[in-house]
Amino acid sequence: MTLAGPEGRSLRPRTAPVRIGAGASYAGDRIEPATDLAARGQLDYLVYECLAERTIALAQLERLKDPAKGYNDLLDERFRAALPFCKQFGTRVISSMGAANPVGAARHAAHIIQELKLGPMPVAAVIGDDVLQYCLDHRASLQVMETGLPLTSLPGEIVSANAYLGAEPIVQALDRGASVVLTGRVADCSLFLAAMMHEFRWAADDWERLGRGQAAGDMVECGAIVSGGYFADPGYKEVHDLAHLGFPYLEVEPDGSAEVTKLEGTGGVVNRAICTEHLIYEIHDLANYITPDVIVDFSDVRLEEVGKDRVRISGVRGKPRPEHHKVSIGVREGWIGEGEITYAGLGCLERARLAEQVVRERLKISGVQLQELRVDYIGLNSLHGEASLPPREPPYEVRLRFAGRAANRRDAVKLGNEVETLVGKGPCSSSLPRQYVREVLAIYSCLVPRVAVRPEVVFVEGDA
Amino acid sequence: MKRFYLREIAHARAGDKGDTSNIGVIAYKAEYYPVVLAQVTPERVREHFRGIAKGPISRYELPQLHAINLVLERALAGGVTRSLSLDPHGKSYSALILTMTVEVDDAIAADLMKAGRRPL
Repeated sequence: MTLAGPEGRSLRPRTAPVRIGAGASYAGDRIEPATDLAARGQLDYLVYECLAERTIALAQLERLKDPAKGYNDLLDERFRAALPFCKQFGTRVISSMGAANPVGAARHAAHIIQELKLGPMPVAAVIGDDVLQYCLDHRASLQVMETGLPLTSLPGEIVSANAYLGAEPIVQALDRGASVVLTGRVADCSLFLAAMMHEFRWAADDWERLGRGQAAGDMVECGAIVSGGYFADPGYKEVHDLAHLGFPYLEVEPDGSAEVTKLEGTGGVVNRAICTEHLIYEIHDLANYITPDVIVDFSDVRLEEVGKDRVRISGVRGKPRPEHHKVSIGVREGWIGEGEITYAGLGCLERARLAEQVVRERLKISGVQLQELRVDYIGLNSLHGEASLPPREPPYEVRLRFAGRAANRRDAVKLGNEVETLVGKGPCSSSLPRQYVREVLAIYSCLVPRVAVRPEVVFVEGDA
Repeated sequence: MKRFYLREIAHARAGDKGDTSNIGVIAYKAEYYPVVLAQVTPERVREHFRGIAKGPISRYELPQLHAINLVLERALAGGVTRSLSLDPHGKSYSALILTMTVEVDDAIAADLMKAGRRPL
């Protein structure tokens, strides 16, 4: 079957492997490893995945303040560095840097292309993940997945609702000739799957291939976490040159089997152990990894080292996609106040304990209203509480940390103030205290029917 | 039989979704996998994660990768986005699981000690 795109390009299935690089794994990721991939990777695609659960809700708040914003801050720097190479090597770019404003991000990209005289490089935005109005209209019937209660039970104002889109709208944009595609919320691995579906002309119900493709995308969507990042444990798991970690790329065959690797001369490692860690990291039930495009079954997955820094993934299957889209809902949920202070030397732990008592009593005296208070002894048990291994001897220093949840900003600030006044009014010999206040934007999930989500592709021009 | 930290025979990585933490535990060698399977049980993990894991714990097995995936519900202090913890994602839980102890037979103990690992 031969299809023709609008530019008359032939859309025959590709028979050669496709090379897809991972240019980012979160909004603020390192930039030069992605540029290095663009320059030396001979990539067909460079994918920047930039949205954690909460990123898009924060971007939504930013856009409410300024309608021109709400997309990734580093887009300009990333694209100015990489797009000239992408032009040179015919690499197409797919990214969720659009966050809460994919059209704004696409215009910005088109502007850079114009300014650097890289054109023609058509830029498309994928919109339609924003389902806030639908969720507000149906808040009495839609259920919060975490609690089983209707959305109306959520304690604060709902400020955003974004559905996890699948690969299909990106495939449409690529079919229509886009060189750069900017999206909002899309399932992370679907950004990669879209490139495979476009190149190999996989049908949207070819579950086996989609399952394999999605598994391949899953291997690299967290970027350097599969190529040496977050793995090193000296004496146990050695990784060379973490400061120069190479970002990973995929070589995918037309049947969806794939190899993960990284560029020669970069830091890090791609081996079976790190691929296994990463594979399990995103998944709960290995037989049912739910994505908007396909349910992936990893039960019989195989990972083999087939070369230096090169792992082959196989044995994955796919099952029909779910009937619903998952939606992330952002809810304003009050404030968190924090205060920290360090005691050192002999008796530091006793002084810190006394300080805790003083602050607890002061919070009562000043009538600070907190819904939850947590006290940590950093250096002893701040991450694992009573599950921590007991210390062999008293610590030389300990940092006392208070964190409290309050309905309003004023009470959150007051918690920090009560820690601050420990200097001069608490036990002797401490560091200067520090205090922090932040608004809580909590994320909950719900499921909406497919018909409620209507993604669209918009091509944009640069502002001249 | 000798007792070692789990760290000597396995490595781990923790992930997060909402208020659920999942921890992949991977035996360094296929020979160590039966030890992980027999001794890193949901019951022992619950005891080990006292004060942290407040909901059900399930375990998925991947023998071909000599790995298990532990899924701990209600283990992220109310959820990544609203937690008061310094580690809201529970990424350090991979280090906590490796402080569990396991008993190994003499052959594995000899293998570990040859590699410079010390029993408890």
